[in-house]
Amino acid sequence: MPRYFTEEHEWIDVEGDSATVGITDYAQEQLGDIVFVELPQVGVEVVKGKDAAVVESVKAASDVYAPISGEVTEINGALEDDPALVNSSPEDEGWFFRLTVGDKSELEGLMDAAAYKAFAESA
Amino acid sequence: MSDNNAIEDQRPELLPLDAWHRAKGARMVPFAGYEMPIQYDGIVAEHDWTRESASLFDVSHMGQLSLIGPDGDLERAARELEKLLPGAVTSLTPGRMRYSLLLTEAGGVIDDLMITNTGAQLTLVVNGACKWDDIAHLREHLPDEITLTHYDDSALLALQGPKAAEVLDALVPGVAALTFMSAAAFDWEGTSMWVSRAGYTGEDGFEISIHRSRVEELAEALTADDRVRPAGLGARDSLRLEAGLPLYGHDLDQDIDPVTADLVFALSKKRRETGGYLGHSAITARLADAGANTLAQRRVGLLLDGRMPAREGAEVFAGDRKVGRVSSGGFSPTLGRPIAMAYVEAARATEGTALECEVRGRRLPATVSAMPFVPHRYFRGS
Repeated sequence: MPRYFTEEHEWIDVEGDSATVGITDYAQEQLGDIVFVELPQVGVEVVKGKDAAVVESVKAASDVYAPISGEVTEINGALEDDPALVNSSPEDEGWFFRLTVGDKSELEGLMDAAAYKAFAESA
Repeated sequence: MSDNNAIEDQRPELLPLDAWHRAKGARMVPFAGYEMPIQYDGIVAEHDWTRESASLFDVSHMGQLSLIGPDGDLERAARELEKLLPGAVTSLTPGRMRYSLLLTEAGGVIDDLMITNTGAQLTLVVNGACKWDDIAHLREHLPDEITLTHYDDSALLALQGPKAAEVLDALVPGVAALTFMSAAAFDWEGTSMWVSRAGYTGEDGFEISIHRSRVEELAEALTADDRVRPAGLGARDSLRLEAGLPLYGHDLDQDIDPVTADLVFALSKKRRETGGYLGHSAITARLADAGANTLAQRRVGLLLDGRMPAREGAEVFAGDRKVGRVSSGGFSPTLGRPIAMAYVEAARATEGTALECEVRGRRLPATVSAMPFVPHRYFRGS
């Protein structure tokens, strides 16, 4: 299952016509203690590069952008009770939402793990 | 205690402890014209540690000033300073300190500050982002024979938390005898430093003014004690918000008067009558408004339901009607829920009033709450 990364520090796992989105370990480290995650509603169409969710840390609110366009099919309900999952397990249990993959060409231009690692280290 | 975009456009200055902060793993951000540590291990961990043990904050960005009259005439300096603020300064006895406000003619707050009578002079601690404007304001209004000194070679550390007294007293015997809002000079390994039992976290603690050449040794000595960990601006902000203490540039500015800001305690009762300070007539009018229930707005605390914070700028509603605006807000680590300060219509400022904050199109239920949100634990003597 390929995982791609954006320059805005989101990750996306693609499995057939479905994908799972979250924020990277680097992103959660930068944000600090996360106290609330505002997720999109199931059924909403998100647009590549546009706001899809908001992460609230103690000090600030930060937008999370959709890595690709698609319809939200599922959200991670565990984040409602335990938003700190984004800190403790950002790239696994702390996933944000799942969406349909409408246009696979939108994945072109996203980074693979090695490219993202180099990108985050140079940030 | 405040920020200022115009200042942040310039290259920030470095604190005397800059290298120390970086070596301790601090994340540095521009604030009030300085590169300052916002956090080390994490805001919530630092916040909680301050509430249960003791944290070391570097507040050297703040302005440390002194005033003295001709031939060491402290009384004269006090009389002149009283013309610029609503607090009693001439009645401040040696070793005592007081919170006050520099005011405009219209009663707006130029800055909030701490004034101490050291016995030899008056010292002022003012906000970092305001210090140059404060100096200009003081110099403009004080007579030439009042000497104003800016101690820009002094660093300022705040040691805050319930274990601050036992930690500092082990290093500097005698400091534990100070009570809240009192201060004295102490010797630490051959260096004189000025220690105040004060701070801006709501916890017991001290502020220590020391020459910049010795501050790193002092920071090392304090953090060598396992009970002390460094804490950054992030925790300082969440602590002061829980303590209900206003942050200049956010909860206070030149368009807000002390009555609207719910800082009436800083208006000396005697001086409300006698006046003789810049802004007195405006303050008198606002106090009359408050007495007649015609004050337009008042600063209140808001306790929010849920977990989603309402931050500065969020609008406050009563039903469909917009009744105010959040001036600072965030998530309270101690209470585990969002809290805020807001300016709302005075008729909606009564404790228990149900309001709503609008955040990204959503209405968050909020209740007007007494402040502090978390009780102060100052040491007023045993």
